[in-house]
Amino acid sequence: MDLSAINPAVLFASLIVAATPILLAGLGELVVEKAGVLNLGVEGMMIVGAICGFAVAVNTGSPALGFIGGALGGAALSLIFAVLTQYLLANQVATGLALTLFGLGFAALIGQGYVGIKPPLTERLSFGPLSDIPVLGTVLLRHDLMVYLALLAVAGIWYVLNRTRVGLILRAVGENHDAAHALGYKVVRIRLLAIMFGGAMAGLGGAYLSLVRVPLWTEGMTSGAGWIALALVVFASWRPGRLMLGAWLFGGITVLQLNLQAAGAKVPVEYLQMSPYVITILVLVVMSARGGRAMGAPAALGRSFHATH
Amino acid sequence: MFRRTLLATSAAIGLGLAFGAPVAAAGMDKVKACFVYVGPIGDGGWTFQHDQGRLAAVEKFGDKLETMYQESVPEGADAERVLTQMALSGCNIIFTTSFGYMDPTNTVAAKFPNVKFEHATGYKREHANVSTYDARFYEGRAVIGTIAGSMTKSNKIGYIGSFPIPEVIQGINSYFIHARKVNPAVELSVVWAYTWFDPAKEADAAKALIEQGVDVIAAHTDSTAPLAEAQKAGNVIGFGQASDMAAYKPSPRVASIIDNWGPYYIERIGALLDGTYEQKATWAGIPGGEVLIGEITEAVPADVKAAAEKIRDDIAAGTYHPFTGPLKKQDGSDWLKDGEVADDGTLAGMMFFVEGIKADIPK
Repeated sequence: MDLSAINPAVLFASLIVAATPILLAGLGELVVEKAGVLNLGVEGMMIVGAICGFAVAVNTGSPALGFIGGALGGAALSLIFAVLTQYLLANQVATGLALTLFGLGFAALIGQGYVGIKPPLTERLSFGPLSDIPVLGTVLLRHDLMVYLALLAVAGIWYVLNRTRVGLILRAVGENHDAAHALGYKVVRIRLLAIMFGGAMAGLGGAYLSLVRVPLWTEGMTSGAGWIALALVVFASWRPGRLMLGAWLFGGITVLQLNLQAAGAKVPVEYLQMSPYVITILVLVVMSARGGRAMGAPAALGRSFHATH
Repeated sequence: MFRRTLLATSAAIGLGLAFGAPVAAAGMDKVKACFVYVGPIGDGGWTFQHDQGRLAAVEKFGDKLETMYQESVPEGADAERVLTQMALSGCNIIFTTSFGYMDPTNTVAAKFPNVKFEHATGYKREHANVSTYDARFYEGRAVIGTIAGSMTKSNKIGYIGSFPIPEVIQGINSYFIHARKVNPAVELSVVWAYTWFDPAKEADAAKALIEQGVDVIAAHTDSTAPLAEAQKAGNVIGFGQASDMAAYKPSPRVASIIDNWGPYYIERIGALLDGTYEQKATWAGIPGGEVLIGEITEAVPADVKAAAEKIRDDIAAGTYHPFTGPLKKQDGSDWLKDGEVADDGTLAGMMFFVEGIKADIPK
């Protein structure tokens, strides 16, 4: 076998691109869960974002508008979930699953006229001569804008959650909605906004798939990416930084195993493919062995709130 | 009204008993045909082509044919549930259109002896009501392998495989043999995606190949993602797989292998309607029109195009077989003597690479 054919810098650059959709969707879900809501509809919101973004980009010729369309599409779908669970107090797990099924079907319906069409090309940012710096330039400075926005979002969400008043209120709602309500915060409204933010991020992740990573529209193209994003949030114990590492791990192993195969390395593919899931389970076991607090799950996660006074 | 129907029915049963004729052979006024698809019909490849076949049958038979289909059915236990439900809902003939439905098809067929089952690309016919049908995709691979060997500049060509099963391995061998024939320096990289349909993963697989210097990519998965990736890379070419994938003409898609299922579906449903239906195993290819070669675009030089078309025409005329000796297996042992042609039994169970391929078949 000849591993010299694999260039680590190129590999790392592909890994960042491969991780971007699940990173975006995972960050959105992290905020939603921090507000105490469990939305299992990430897959549905992603695929609706993928087709909305694709349709807008094809019709306007602008990938930037496409990404905005994808975010709006995801947010619009999440609004259904928000109304059902926050105002009508429907069960969050069941509603989330239904949202995924509905999203997959709805996206297929909208997408019927878009099969086999090519989207406008999303340009890579140009950093001029900086992109030619060996290793660093290859890894970091040859991507499209969305990759950088996703990385900025990691830092931004960490900052807002941990260092600002808005983040404190959001976490209060997620930890103990009765106390937050007693302090005068609008629990339902805050959760509604968090859910829509999560929908928009999932939509962006989906649009990244259909506009950059693949780039085309086919039914069912997310192929479970939304579920991986959900697993990532638990894997990361609700911390944005760890979520990024988790996304790179998932994306990285996918890219790495394909590269190893292309280089003719004799590794059992099956083990590499299952390894991210095995690691997730191990992390969960280790964290739960250290006691419930270390898990970091918001205390009110998945519980409906109804103001009784 | 009810009584009249009742009378008519008993008369029919009476007649059937009197003549002792098998009911199925008597033909039918109306057939309900059901299809199980492994991906969505909008995949632009494999499942799309099966659905085109279904639509061709609908157009042909009109009111006499009712069809039903279910998309994205996982291979395995779920397929059994779907098949049972279809059989219970009155389907007369059920087409299961992926290799992984082989065992579920035979299991369910045992429980419904009056329903006809047709399994694509498999080899098990455990019951009298199970037929199999397949296409000789490797004949198409011979044509595009010729183009690949001639067109590569890096002498590295790639193949994205779905699962290590005979159908895919035949394709890889045929592709490689014909690329080597026109270009002795060519090397083949194989990547197994372990999925029929996952555009993001197919794109990643193509990307991994391109990053390692491969400039011609053939795919044995169902979506157009590898072509989209080739287009992003710029100087890489590929082929339409299962469907024409014309959106990527003239380059990166320089030719294509098209599965044409319509004639088979029309033949089998027609046989059921007029009572001539029999169990059989069909394996047709370029000569029968089940495998078509899509337009070879102007991105291919004229002499290469002519060589590829000659192979296509020779296969169509029956004068050339893609697996003609002398050929050796990967381990160097003899397989086919000079001029000897592979038999169908060996091909149907092909689980070895030919000499010159460096990759291994995963166990």
